[in-house]
Amino acid sequence: MDLTHLKAHELIKGYENRDFTCTEVTQAYLDVIKAKEQDINAYITVTDNLALSRAQYVDSMYENREEQGLLAGVPLAIKDNVAVKDVKMTAASKILENFIAPYNSTLTEKVNEAGAIILGKANMDEFAMGATTRSSYFGATKNPLDPKLIPGGSSGGSAAAVSGFEACLAVGTDTGGSTRQPAGFNGIVGFKPTYGSVSRFGIASMANTFDTVGSFGRDVEDAHLLMQVMAGRDMKDATSIDNPSLTKPIDFENGAYLKDIKVAVPKVYLNMELDSVVKSAFDSTIALLKDAGATVDVVDLENLEYTIQVYHILVNSEIASNMSRFDSLRYGHRTQRPYSSYEEMFKFSRSEGFGDEVKKRIMVGTHILSLDAKSNYYQKALQVRTLIKKGFDDVFKNYDLILSPSAPILPIPLDSTMSDVEIYQSDLFTIPANMAGCPSISVPYTGGSFPVGMLLTADRLRDDMCFKAASEMERRLK
Amino acid sequence: MSYKTIVGLEIHVELSTVTKAFCSCENTFGGEPNTRVCPVCLALPGAMPVLNENVLNYTLMAALALNCTINKESKFDRKNYFYPDLTKGFQITQNDRPIAVEGHLTIDTDNGPKDIGIYQIQMEEDTGKSLHGDNETLIDYNRCGVPLIEIVSKPDMASGKEGRAFLENLRNTLKFIGVSDVKMEEGSLRCDVNVNVKDELTGKKTAVTEVKNLNSFRAVEKAIDFEVARHIALLENGEDELRTTRRWDDVNGQTVLMRVKYTQADYRFQPEGDLVPVVIDDAYIETIRAQLPELPADKKARFISAYNLSEYDAAVLTSSVQLAEFFESVAAKFDDANMVSNWIMTEVLRRVEDTEDNFEVPFEADDFVELLNFVKSGKINNNAGKKVLREMFESKAKPADIIEDKGLLQVSDDSAIGVWVDEVLKDNPQSIEDIKGGKDRAMGFLVGQVMKKSKGKANPGLVNKLLQEKIQKM
Repeated sequence: MDLTHLKAHELIKGYENRDFTCTEVTQAYLDVIKAKEQDINAYITVTDNLALSRAQYVDSMYENREEQGLLAGVPLAIKDNVAVKDVKMTAASKILENFIAPYNSTLTEKVNEAGAIILGKANMDEFAMGATTRSSYFGATKNPLDPKLIPGGSSGGSAAAVSGFEACLAVGTDTGGSTRQPAGFNGIVGFKPTYGSVSRFGIASMANTFDTVGSFGRDVEDAHLLMQVMAGRDMKDATSIDNPSLTKPIDFENGAYLKDIKVAVPKVYLNMELDSVVKSAFDSTIALLKDAGATVDVVDLENLEYTIQVYHILVNSEIASNMSRFDSLRYGHRTQRPYSSYEEMFKFSRSEGFGDEVKKRIMVGTHILSLDAKSNYYQKALQVRTLIKKGFDDVFKNYDLILSPSAPILPIPLDSTMSDVEIYQSDLFTIPANMAGCPSISVPYTGGSFPVGMLLTADRLRDDMCFKAASEMERRLK
Repeated sequence: MSYKTIVGLEIHVELSTVTKAFCSCENTFGGEPNTRVCPVCLALPGAMPVLNENVLNYTLMAALALNCTINKESKFDRKNYFYPDLTKGFQITQNDRPIAVEGHLTIDTDNGPKDIGIYQIQMEEDTGKSLHGDNETLIDYNRCGVPLIEIVSKPDMASGKEGRAFLENLRNTLKFIGVSDVKMEEGSLRCDVNVNVKDELTGKKTAVTEVKNLNSFRAVEKAIDFEVARHIALLENGEDELRTTRRWDDVNGQTVLMRVKYTQADYRFQPEGDLVPVVIDDAYIETIRAQLPELPADKKARFISAYNLSEYDAAVLTSSVQLAEFFESVAAKFDDANMVSNWIMTEVLRRVEDTEDNFEVPFEADDFVELLNFVKSGKINNNAGKKVLREMFESKAKPADIIEDKGLLQVSDDSAIGVWVDEVLKDNPQSIEDIKGGKDRAMGFLVGQVMKKSKGKANPGLVNKLLQEKIQKM
């Protein structure tokens, strides 16, 4: 039995039956990491000693028959923009190359309490800006399904760790699709909850009104398991909420959840240029849903065509301000060049510490918020965001889910020279859920030549709807 | 020529909540640098602010005391700029939807009471502190995240005197309601003034000058008056200048140019998405209103009518919460409010160093009542009473014990006093001659001599009476 091929819910059963120990499982994962990392580069930091000592502790808990958390003994990877106490937290940036988090994020506390084993910090696009995991200061991550391809981004390291058996589960963050797009590219499940469901305390902000914490699993049940552990209102994050729909029990074995549900496909999406593999997976999924008794209708979703533009205006404005704290004064990369004022110190340090994508977004965001541009761009984008939200509200009055592919394309080659704008387009289907704060799941359609992510988006606080529909889809594809 | 002076104040007040505005770090002045900081204060990656509910409550108290309209929904914004002591690269403040607007505070002027308008009150956080050395700058982040309210007045003041009166009144009010210790020297009350002058004939106005970081009431008044004179001179010379920022040089008694403003500062304000909007209802506002103590102006008016005090006495006695409380607790148990007032105003206050900030006496109100009773009933005389009070401050003993210890009980026994009187008359024949010759002043001398002989214990009234009787018989 290859221990790393077991899913989290299978591992937990195995531990309960004493089929194997947590130390054996953890060691098995560390062995795979050792063997594969040179090729895949899914991790920035591997915390092997920490993981093994935690594993021994969990084993002793099992031996003493002590009460265990939901993830007792499950090895997982955490995206490197999340603080794990006493471990490097680089956000894949040179500016934080040697930053060791002196505190735990709330989600780290929660996965620790649940007994999970943290294997390490996963690679990502620098500060979660990107859709390829090529912008990491620590080098690109490769797609385990085909190492010539990108794993997607920005949580590419997390997704690759799970799909490449270098972790059982992984924590990602999702600002515009960063869990669902790479999940789609890696043939695994990626979920982003209703905005606020998981505390953001301890997670380096990218665009704070869009950022959510998501989960990766090799099946829907695993992604759900991790979400349950991470979710909950946190007094340290004023925007966090209680979301009871995440803890509703789900019958992953037999739940007939697709019968009589109403699925909407936005008309705009039908006119999109899709990769042919994606197109045929999309068509097959619609047929699958109808077969299972769901209704699938084409609907108008107001203002959806402005999504990308509005997203980039708002997100870059928030990025510009969120990146300001990295001034190299209290921590972070400090320039070696001589400087004669604090402005120069800021300038040299930041220009050396940030990569091109980050710099570009700071520049754009700063401009958009400036007196000259603010009313033309920022204020209008805020208004359109409200209209897009309203468009979603209108659709969800009559429908349970919105369906689309997770991305219009398959993962591109690592050395592809697609333009930035083309790459931004690949987030087209995932971004609306972040604009509206809705829960959304990418579940792989595995009937074709390459797995393709199918995206289900539900109304706010109806996260259970995503998991239920995705679990039956997954079962029907087996 | 006739000029209209236009003065507005921008005041920052640090709130004295137990913890900081957006984290649970202790909120106190000073301390070992960088010991009261956490990931939120230091803006470590991932740290998030959470509003301390008491910051809202204290702000509401201040806003209600300043007669403001409370916005039921307000929000926080980011004011973006880079500065070493600003850890996040932005300051959390309120920009377009502050918590309170449109208030006023009444000041006394030479022409009677005058309402000074208040544009708005906003909640915000303080920054750290840079300490500049010769070759290096050190930064203390303890002050990062200390809660502030910014109070922006309307340009309703017409002189340094009025500016000062407004600031003093504001300070008393905030101190009274207990939301801040309002110490200018510790930076918990900071004031910038905006001044310009208009030529009423031509309508021509000077550009507004901002004088920053004034650190005393006197400086506020002087800086305004200095600027008014400077602006009038500008008008008279037909000169013009761009908006300037200046500072007050107390040594030379003048303002000094810091910088000229060519363009509007661009802080790239944006909503603070990490904090949810502040939404409150009428019931919440009324709960806070109910917690407000009586404000200084109301208290002063009540002291005048209820205790029949003079305007001046009432103003002094209501200048601090503790002093007013002390007066009232004594007056409640002693039926001569004017005597209480007189004793506090003359004998007590001269022994209390810091009346405004910290009125404190080393004895209970009951002890003071006991002392006043001894005096009023004639058991001790006025002078002895003063001695007892001094002793109460020094040894903290009870009045009765002091009186017994020092044998201060007044002697009102005719025969005992008569013996002292006889002795004094015998020793001072010249004085008797003088009195008989019509020189009344000698009488005072003789009374003094008797008092001295009695070690201050003789009843002065009786001494006087006996002296008169005995001299007449001579």
